[in-house]
Amino acid sequence: MPERTVAIGSRQGLHARPATLLAQAAGSAGVPVTIAKPGGAPVDAASMLLVMTLTAAQGDEVVLAADGPDADRVLDELAELLARDLDDE
Amino acid sequence: MSVAADAHTFQGVGVGRGLVVGPVAKAYPSPTLPADGGGSPDDLVPAFDRVAQLLTARAQAATGALADVLAATAQMAQDPALRGEATRRVDAGESPAEAVDRAVARFVDMFTAAGGMLAERVTDLRSVRDRVVAELLGLDEPGVPALDRPSVVVASDLAPADTAVLDVEKVLAIVTQHGGPTGHTAIIAGQLGIPCVVRATGVMQVPVGAEVAVDAAAGTVVLDPDPAVRDEARVRTEAARSLAQDTAPGATKDGHAVKLLANIGTPQDAHRAAGHAVEGVGLFRTEVLFLESATAPTLDEQVAVYSEVLGAFAGGKVVVRTLDAGADKPLAFATQPDEENPALGVRGYRLVRRVPELLRTQLEALARAAEVTGTTPWVMAPMISTAQEAADFVATARDAGLSGPVGVMVEVPAAALRARDVLDVADFVSIGTNDLAQYTMATDRLRGTLVDLLDPWQPAVLELVATTARAAGEADRSAGVCGESAADPLMALVLTGLGVTSLSMSLGAVPAVRYALRSHTLQECRTAAEAALAARTAHDARAAVRSLADPGVVASLAL
Repeated sequence: MPERTVAIGSRQGLHARPATLLAQAAGSAGVPVTIAKPGGAPVDAASMLLVMTLTAAQGDEVVLAADGPDADRVLDELAELLARDLDDE
Repeated sequence: MSVAADAHTFQGVGVGRGLVVGPVAKAYPSPTLPADGGGSPDDLVPAFDRVAQLLTARAQAATGALADVLAATAQMAQDPALRGEATRRVDAGESPAEAVDRAVARFVDMFTAAGGMLAERVTDLRSVRDRVVAELLGLDEPGVPALDRPSVVVASDLAPADTAVLDVEKVLAIVTQHGGPTGHTAIIAGQLGIPCVVRATGVMQVPVGAEVAVDAAAGTVVLDPDPAVRDEARVRTEAARSLAQDTAPGATKDGHAVKLLANIGTPQDAHRAAGHAVEGVGLFRTEVLFLESATAPTLDEQVAVYSEVLGAFAGGKVVVRTLDAGADKPLAFATQPDEENPALGVRGYRLVRRVPELLRTQLEALARAAEVTGTTPWVMAPMISTAQEAADFVATARDAGLSGPVGVMVEVPAAALRARDVLDVADFVSIGTNDLAQYTMATDRLRGTLVDLLDPWQPAVLELVATTARAAGEADRSAGVCGESAADPLMALVLTGLGVTSLSMSLGAVPAVRYALRSHTLQECRTAAEAALAARTAHDARAAVRSLADPGVVASLAL
């Protein structure tokens, strides 16, 4: 299954605003996407509540995974989103 | 008290002096689950959808931090994990309302356990729960409504979270059916200078949009007020505006100075107060900084907050009260949950017995903030009962490097009765009349039905204030009053007559007190104090002082 490992770019980590933006993007991606801390249990990336429970801080790595025809494009887009400082936008 | 005189007048307890007329907006409490569960299974997903749509629309209409909070809350209502959990519970036989309640509770537990920024989102989770459950049960939307015009906010009671989201520019007055005059809502209303009536029984019957007159001085709410009341509201609002223009230091007619100070809880309050004609801060309630936290704020966090407050009053008087937690203000990290009688338990200064480092860190932070800003705070400890406790506190404060005046609050009758001993070791005292009344009258401050016993005009309470002020006068030390009674213009005359040297109150109360003091001589204040002490009941005490006061003052302040 395609994966992307990305370091969180947002200054405050994956808290409400970045988690909301990720969940919105993942929810409309068309394929199920999961997010996990390396070695941790993956959760539904479209659930901002579960995303927030990862408590990923700025610089922490997370692993995005998806399956399906469009998986690589979706993962690239989401990885790019998480790498940005969403608190600055 | 608290009985509707007729279908159009609701009697409660007023906070403040204003009279305003405006349309009613209602805040509804969070829904409780009916015994039979409630809601139709088919309605579960649509209820989530409606709440998500509503919050999304509000997020789009809002700006800044509020827009972010609303957007995040809308996203919670759309959350697939939350909806999935609720759906599974419905499939397993729970009622939809129960299922939503429990599904949210699971996330609340997870977020609370995680602490930090997650714990701060629990309020938003609960608001999603309240809104979806209300949708399922066909109830009005809970919480404070978005105000589209200046309105009178009417509620059963308001939680701190409700008052935090009030758009104060559009709140003409606050009316609650429950709560008490020294409760949270009343204090916040006083801070903001918003007229408030609490314990207005039956007021929730008034429909949304109806015009009401709220008279904080009389403690009444009148439905469909006649033109005469509307005229009076205009006159009183105008008079209040002109009183607020007077910025001279507080003094009696013959020039006896009485410092007029502000009660504050946050740096924002400090900035607001610094823009008004007050001579400093008489009570900085530091617990506000602690109450929202799951863990004790660090030294650095405290230094930052204290520096901001001291900076707002550079070179001025700022009296900082050390952490007053416990009783009605439990602390997540310090209060024992199982105290049977918390008002008489480990609260205020007594926390030093269980968590001495809390006080030490706080005093060190204050000493650092004094260095940073060059403004030396006055510090005082709450809930001191004995001269020994006062001496211990002074020693701890000196140890922490505080060089300014170190004093104590007089809220416990024991401290008032032995004020002379207390003042042997403390540099000043500040009388907290709300708690002093609670402990003198053996009456729970949170028990609204006993409000008559908590009256600061109770002769026994006045007697203890007099004893304390006399001891301070003899020791040539300052004695302030920082309870709500300092905000009562008639009581301000009595306190001045008793020898109190400063009055600290919510900002909104300052202009009327300044005007009342200015209109009387020190001798007139002393005569008023003697009359109050000679009375046998709270009612008689106030009536005696009212009849001695300048009739022009009584009329223009609607005393």
